[in-house]
Amino acid sequence: MSDKLRLRFEKTGRAVYISHLDLMHTMQRAFNRASLPLKYSEGFNPHPQIAIALPLSVGTGSLCEIMDFKLKEETDLAALPEKLTAVMPEGIRVLEAYEPQRKVAELKWLHVEGFFEYDKRDPGEMEEALRRFFEQESIVITKKTKRGMGETDIRPGIRALGFEARKEDGQDGVWVEAVVSAQEPTINPELLAEALRQRKPEIAPDFAKFTRIETYDAGMQVYR
Amino acid sequence: MDKALERILPRVQKPARYTGGEYNQIIKDKSQVDLRLAFCFPDTYEIGMSNLGMSILYDTMNSLPFVWCERVFAPWGDMYEEMKKANIPLYALESGDPVGDFDSLAFSIGYEMAYTTVLDMLDMAGIPLRTADRPNLLPLIWAGGTAAVNAEPMAPFLDLFVVGEGEEVDNELLTLLREAKLSGWSKQEFLVKAAQIQGVYVPSLYDVRYNADGTVAAVTPKDGAPARVTKRIISDLDKVPFPTKPIVPSTEVVHDRVSLELFRGCPRGCRFCQAGHVYRPLRAKKPETLIRQGIESLENTGHEDVTLLSLSTSDYRPLPTLCDGLLEYCEPRSIGLSLPSLRADNFSMEIMERLQKVRKSGLTFAVEGGSQRLRDAVNKNVTDEDVLHTCSIAFAGGWNTVKLYYMLGLPTETDEDILGIAEMANQILHCWRVNAKNKNRGVKITISTSCFIPKPQSPFQWEAQISLEEYLRRVNLLRSAITARNVTYNWHDAETSLIEAVLSKGDRRVADAIEEVWRQGGRLDAWTDYFSFQRWMDAFKTCGVDVDFYAHRVAGKDEILPWDHIDVGVRKAHLWHEREMCYKSQLSPDCRHQCAACGAAKLLTGGIKCDER
Repeated sequence: MSDKLRLRFEKTGRAVYISHLDLMHTMQRAFNRASLPLKYSEGFNPHPQIAIALPLSVGTGSLCEIMDFKLKEETDLAALPEKLTAVMPEGIRVLEAYEPQRKVAELKWLHVEGFFEYDKRDPGEMEEALRRFFEQESIVITKKTKRGMGETDIRPGIRALGFEARKEDGQDGVWVEAVVSAQEPTINPELLAEALRQRKPEIAPDFAKFTRIETYDAGMQVYR
Repeated sequence: MDKALERILPRVQKPARYTGGEYNQIIKDKSQVDLRLAFCFPDTYEIGMSNLGMSILYDTMNSLPFVWCERVFAPWGDMYEEMKKANIPLYALESGDPVGDFDSLAFSIGYEMAYTTVLDMLDMAGIPLRTADRPNLLPLIWAGGTAAVNAEPMAPFLDLFVVGEGEEVDNELLTLLREAKLSGWSKQEFLVKAAQIQGVYVPSLYDVRYNADGTVAAVTPKDGAPARVTKRIISDLDKVPFPTKPIVPSTEVVHDRVSLELFRGCPRGCRFCQAGHVYRPLRAKKPETLIRQGIESLENTGHEDVTLLSLSTSDYRPLPTLCDGLLEYCEPRSIGLSLPSLRADNFSMEIMERLQKVRKSGLTFAVEGGSQRLRDAVNKNVTDEDVLHTCSIAFAGGWNTVKLYYMLGLPTETDEDILGIAEMANQILHCWRVNAKNKNRGVKITISTSCFIPKPQSPFQWEAQISLEEYLRRVNLLRSAITARNVTYNWHDAETSLIEAVLSKGDRRVADAIEEVWRQGGRLDAWTDYFSFQRWMDAFKTCGVDVDFYAHRVAGKDEILPWDHIDVGVRKAHLWHEREMCYKSQLSPDCRHQCAACGAAKLLTGGIKCDER
């Protein structure tokens, strides 16, 4: 049996500004604090065996992060979330720990929610315009790729999309709900706002923020 | 989170340093405290969060139930611009509340190049820079740290300074401030009372008069302030609280590890060294205390490294016991133990090998002077043989990088001394050829020089700095003498050192120039990214500050120095004696062999003796 374990955790509030690399260090130290020593790789430069499935952009929150890890010693997995959450920085909460049955490659879709903030435009009009814009069959944007700048069509990577004008904490805006491709291709939800900035700046939000809500497989079954 | 802040954070580099929320941060209910204190570090988060003093005092000040002490750092340039554009004032990390609304701001000032950042942080908080422009008791603006040993250049900006170690005096001061706030005292009433606390220096209670030649004629205390402000120390370091639950940054900082302080003070008495004199008397912690605090800190932080701090770690007598105790815990957990500031003279192979088991780094020696004569003159008791002996052991043990640090411009230095640096590099290279087991890996010897800065409260406080031109001449002399391929020579530019000399030896008249530099855009001057030599020189000119007077003039024996009314324990007569010994190229014994009666022992209380075992 493999000794691989999986953690699901939330990253919200002030913790959304912790970068992917810093999160790895943070996790490593949290495991140390909880007296749950991580297993290290062998070799010249040993490092703890942890892997966070889908790196989050700085500023994006998540209720469904997945991290695989290995421990040096066996432990009671049921007690692990509470133990780890107690030693986490503000905003990181561990939801569950379990032996994974599925490979990370089977994670295909992400349900995300976001808020497009509009300071001086009518949210109702924006809601309509957004819906029309994203009804297009193809939305080609220029983005950084491994080989410099390239053209990408993000539309096939967006499975469902909903908009609703709202006021949140006194801020006008449009609530966005989407199901986007998690990997191959990775559609960072921030690209929804980027597409507007490039293709239709008059309806691009003044600020956009997102939260990952849930992970799904190719058949839209909840992925664990 | 503040909405304006939320919009700018995704755009700046490393936003996690501006959010707070780290593990072990202290959160209190603001409605339940009497004093909101902003503990300000006039440099970036990465530097400030690596500062042990900051971590200790955050803990001790928060131990007062009526105080909530929060951290504030200076934003990097991109964040600074964004905050200005979005009208976001300086805020504290724990609560996110604007610092301008706090009852008090306490700055930790460790180096002169932070002065402009202090002013900038006050301005970002919307607080007038000068104490004279702040008539109300609150917010009280004060500072501590090494800069307090000559507080004069910053005197017009700060309401008071704390001289010495803050663990006790800071809390006494805050207790008094609480009483003042609750009883509605005037600022003047409070300051007069605060000046009665040992270690508190209230610059506005001292009138300074100058002679026609620009030297200080007299410093006169008023309203019952003491003629000399005596530094505070902690006599028994085993009994003072130490933070074993320090904040764990969620982003990378400079020193990302547990730091343990072995002792305060230094038995060596290098004559150029300010720290070696102003932190006296010598007080060590017991190894049992350190092992316990080290293990607790590692368990509470999850750090993978622990480091031992002091001015001269190999002078800590129970070092082997301490290393044994710590390694017993660290080794099975793959935790690294590092020992900076080892000396070349009593470097032990045993310790080196033990540390190598966990992690291996290069060897670094602070040799300071190029010849034995010069090293004797500055009382840097390291011999060529010490360095070569240590190198031979190290090379045989597989080390292949050596770094040597020197100062150019030390009093009595000659060209012959400078050429001695190149000769030392050649000897080390020869030593490597003779001792190295595996020569295929090569060797890398790095020589670094910086320009000597005369520092207040050190035996060289009367000295002049060499000019920029003379420093460059000496650099070029050394450059042309270093010929070996494996030897690299790095020299620090002397422009920063010149400004530091003016600020170190400055009096209250330098303050205008500091403010002028800030007005012209100066902040984060310790960073080459932001330091502008021209801006400083222009400001000195605009404000009539004579650079030569402060940096390039030798002060007279009987001259009143601007910082003479700050008593750090060591007597002025002792410093002068040490200076005379320099000109005779004579060593003074290590304090442990023969007490020089420097005077610092008078600060000890409770029957504790200097360097008590």
